[in-house]
Amino acid sequence: MKKEMISGRVYVLGDDIDTDQIIPANYLVYDLDDPNERKQYGRYALSGVPQEEAGLPKGKIPFVLPGENCSHYAIVIGGKNFGCGSSREHAPIALSMAGVRVVIAQSYARIFYRNVVDGGYFIPYESREALHQIVGTGDTIEIYIQKQPVIRLQSGDEYGLNPLGPVADIISCKGLFGYAKKQGLIR
Amino acid sequence: MTITEKILARHSGRSRVEPGETIWVDVDFLMTHDVCGPGTIGIFHKHFGKHARVWNREKVVLIPDHYIFTHDSHARRNLEILRRFAKEQNLPYFYDAGSEAYRGVCHVALAEEGFTVPGSLLFGTDSHTCTAGAFGMFATGIGNTDAGFILGTGKLWVKVPATMRFILEGELPPYVMAKDVILKIIGDMGVDGATYRAMEFTGDAVHEMNMEERMTLCNMVIEAGAKNGIVAADKTTVDFVHTRTDRSFDIIANDPNARFYSTAIYTASQIEPQVAKPFSPENVECARNLQNIHLDQCYIGSCTGGKITDFVAAAKILKGRTVGVKTVLVPATTQVERALEQEKLDGCCLKDIFLDAGADIGRPSCAACLGGPEDTFGRLQGEEVCLSTTNRNFPGRMGSSRSQTYLASPMTVAASAVKGRITDPREFIG
Repeated sequence: MKKEMISGRVYVLGDDIDTDQIIPANYLVYDLDDPNERKQYGRYALSGVPQEEAGLPKGKIPFVLPGENCSHYAIVIGGKNFGCGSSREHAPIALSMAGVRVVIAQSYARIFYRNVVDGGYFIPYESREALHQIVGTGDTIEIYIQKQPVIRLQSGDEYGLNPLGPVADIISCKGLFGYAKKQGLIR
Repeated sequence: MTITEKILARHSGRSRVEPGETIWVDVDFLMTHDVCGPGTIGIFHKHFGKHARVWNREKVVLIPDHYIFTHDSHARRNLEILRRFAKEQNLPYFYDAGSEAYRGVCHVALAEEGFTVPGSLLFGTDSHTCTAGAFGMFATGIGNTDAGFILGTGKLWVKVPATMRFILEGELPPYVMAKDVILKIIGDMGVDGATYRAMEFTGDAVHEMNMEERMTLCNMVIEAGAKNGIVAADKTTVDFVHTRTDRSFDIIANDPNARFYSTAIYTASQIEPQVAKPFSPENVECARNLQNIHLDQCYIGSCTGGKITDFVAAAKILKGRTVGVKTVLVPATTQVERALEQEKLDGCCLKDIFLDAGADIGRPSCAACLGGPEDTFGRLQGEEVCLSTTNRNFPGRMGSSRSQTYLASPMTVAASAVKGRITDPREFIG
C-alpha cells in the first residue's frame, strides 16, 4: 500500500454501531446502480444513530446536514463491534457516498468489515485504544497510511493503529475484483 | 478437524485446513433476495459484462421476501429487476412475488425447498443465512460484491473460523424454547463474543430439537458476531431433508481429535424464559424480572420466530384466551401460512385460535422484523413498546426511531400478549 497522509475532521460514535443505524432499512429500496438514487445513501448515512449518541461526546450533531448528500466529516471513529447486524453492503456504501475515507474502530463485525474490504469503499483501521473516548467530533486528525499506520490527534498526541494484515492486498487492489484480477483468478 | 473445518476443506479441494487460514471455496448455492439482489446483479454485470452468464444456473436461488406487500414504487421496481434477471439467465429457482411460486422468508423457504443439505456450502446476501447451519452445513451471509463475484465464478475467499462448542445437557423444560437458549448464550457472551468464529451446538437437548428449533438456534449466531452456526446432522436432519429433496448429501462429524476454541456447558433444565431488552440482543434478562414492562404490541414472525413450531407454541397459550394488546402474527412462508389452517390443537386450527384470540394475521414475508417501507404490516410507527419473536432490537429496527423492541420466544410473546405486559410463560404452562 502506498504511503499517504489523510487529514480530516472526525465524527465520533460509540460501541456496537449496527447497520440499521448506519442506513435504516426503509432506505434500502434505492437503486445502487442509478447514480442519482445512489446519492440518497450518502444523504441518509448514519441517520439511524440515536440523537444523544450522534457525534460524541456532545451528541445531537448530524453526520450529514439536512438536504445535503455529503458529510463534512471524512473520518469516522467508533468503539467496538462497528457494523454489527445485517449483511447489507448499502452500509459501507452509505458511508462512502457521504465522503468517508477512513473508519477507525476498536473492532468490527465481520460481514461489514468484509464488505468494506471486498467493495474497496474505504480503509477500515483497528485502534488499540478506545479512541472514541479520546477524540471529539469536529477535531481534525491526520492518518499516516503505511505498514504501521499512525494517527496524530489535534493535540499532537500520536497513536499506532493495527496493521491491516492479510486484507491489505485486497485493499490496495481497491477490492475483491481488482485482487482477483491481479491473482489471475478472473480476467 | 471440526465439522465446519471439514466442510471448508472439502470445498477448497484440500485435505485439511487450520483456523485463521484464508482459502478459496467452491460454492454449492448462492441465495439472494429483493433487497440485496438488485445490487448483486449490478455488480455481476459491471464486472463480468452485460451478456455474462451465471456460473451455474442450478445453484442460484432468488427468494424475494423483504418488501413484498408495499406500494413503495422503488421496492416494486426492485422486484422487477429480479424478474428480469431470472428471465435473462433462465433461472429455475425463482420464487417470484405475486406468483404461485412465492414462498416468503428466504431462510425458511431454503429449508422447505430442499436447498439445505448436510455437508454443503451456502452463501446468501443476508446475515441470517447462518440459519441453514442447523442442517450440518456451512452457511453464512455476504454482501453484494462477494455475491456478484460468486455469480460469475462460483468461488469466494473465506477465513477458516475456529469453532466454539456449546453443549446443552439434559432436557429443556416445556416452557423453554430454542429462542430462550440462544438469547441466554448471547447474553452470556455478548454481541461480539463469537466474532470470526463458528458456534457449534450439541448435547441431548439440541438433538432432541426438531429442525425448526435448531434453525432458531443457528439463526441468531450472527447476533453474537459468529460467522456460522452448526448442528451435526442426525436422523432428524436426514428425515427432514429426505422429504424435501433427492439431492445427495454428506453427513460430516467432528474428528475425535477436533480442536475447539472453547467449550461451554449448559444444563438445559436450568434455563428460564429469556428476554433481550432494547437496544441490543445481549441485553438479556429473565422474563420473570420484567413483568412491569407494559406493551403496546406483540409480534410473532420472521425467520427466527415465524415457523410452524413457533405458532404451535404460541397457540398453546392463546387457545381459549384473548389478547390484551395489539398482536400481529406473520407466517414466515406460504407453507407456514397453510399450516396455520391445517395444524390443529384440540380439534381447532391454529388460524382460528389466533383470530378468536383477537390477533391480526399478515401475509408471509419479512414484514416488520426490519421496519421497512412505511406501509409495512406491523411496522412500529411511533413510541410503541413491542415484544417480538424476531432477532434484532437495535434502535429503530422495527420502524420508528422512537419505538422500543424487546425480544423473546413465541411462548413468552403469546403469554405477554394475553397480559399486555411482559409475562413468563410459566404463568400458563408449567
